[in-house]
Amino acid sequence: MIIAVASGKGGTGKTTLAVSLALSLPNVQLLDCDVEEPNAHLFLNPLFAEKSEAVIPVPVIDEEKCTFCGRCKEVCAFNALAVLPGAEGKKGSILFFENLCHGCGACRFLCPQQAITERDRRIGVVEAGTVGELKFAHGRLDIGEAMAPPLVRQLKKQIDQERTVIIDAPPGTSCPVVTSITEADFCLLVSEPTPFGLNDLILAVEVLRKLGIPFGVVLNRADLGDEKTDEYCRQEDITIMMRIPFDKRIAAAYSRGLPLVTAMPEYRQKFEELFQKIKDKISK
Amino acid sequence: MKVCITSRGDSLESEIDPRFGRCEYFVFLDTESSDMEAIKNPNIISSGGAGIQSGQLVAGKQVNAVLTGNVGPNAWQTLRAAGIEVIIGVSGTVGQAWEKFKNKELKPVKGPSVDSKFGMPAE
Repeated sequence: MIIAVASGKGGTGKTTLAVSLALSLPNVQLLDCDVEEPNAHLFLNPLFAEKSEAVIPVPVIDEEKCTFCGRCKEVCAFNALAVLPGAEGKKGSILFFENLCHGCGACRFLCPQQAITERDRRIGVVEAGTVGELKFAHGRLDIGEAMAPPLVRQLKKQIDQERTVIIDAPPGTSCPVVTSITEADFCLLVSEPTPFGLNDLILAVEVLRKLGIPFGVVLNRADLGDEKTDEYCRQEDITIMMRIPFDKRIAAAYSRGLPLVTAMPEYRQKFEELFQKIKDKISK
Repeated sequence: MKVCITSRGDSLESEIDPRFGRCEYFVFLDTESSDMEAIKNPNIISSGGAGIQSGQLVAGKQVNAVLTGNVGPNAWQTLRAAGIEVIIGVSGTVGQAWEKFKNKELKPVKGPSVDSKFGMPAE
């Protein structure tokens, strides 16, 4: 079973929830898919046994074979290629902008001259290891890189279907999030009852409905803010699966890098109940 | 000699658009003839690579120089690969810039003037 933990707004408590849920259940694998700024490892101090480079294939153009027909730049959805046809005896030229390339391979596949081969371009690393009995893996995008989805896909190859897999997704609603949560059996949306929290929750709900992934809401700092998030969930028939109150002890534990359930073991039972609720929802 | 001026509109009275890749219009003028052509820029909505696309569009028109406000690194590389001179810091109307260019008051630059994504519209 794959459970994704996502949110529209950042800083609502995805990692707090994902880490503590992972520590409260048996036979779990936790994947931190927020490859632009992974932080779950700060709470878990895993022993990494494996490290692999994540690469994307990028085009290498043989200018001897190239006729500057422009087919490659037409099929490139990300404008990573520029073809400037030659004129009056002047040879054409072709430019490749590697930071825009998603590595889809369309240019190589569709080049009529077969003038394009590929080389690997490193975008980051995937690290996998353990925290006691818990399996853990995360991805780290290299500084300056913008292509999170290919790294997330490579990280997700680590998924161990024999275990309950918990995915800590990046914030927002864009491609890295969609790549992280696709294939999840259930998604927990962490929000807080503030105008910003609600605004971004609504956006996340739209994404999940489009993807057809069953979901529920976990309301963090649930006793602050206003009633509007509760109202919205009632109207939209969305279950609030768990409420975590605002508690300075939780913030203090977080600031020391301690998982919530380690600092406050009484929460273990609440996370076990949350897991049971998820299983009930999926089996319905 | 043919030039391209980035513009907010499609006439000589239009203001210069200070962005290259995401300008509203490209206005093409020729010293040999009095022809003027204005093209609405299809790359404004592009999520990335607008400068590259606009550079190719302009290169396809066989221009010798581009007159604009600023140019980013990718557009710069594309325009230079096509052998096009780039003149930045141009302001006022298209007509005024055109006159200055014909009087040789404008000089090409040697490098891009802004970073990628400079011309992205504000939310």
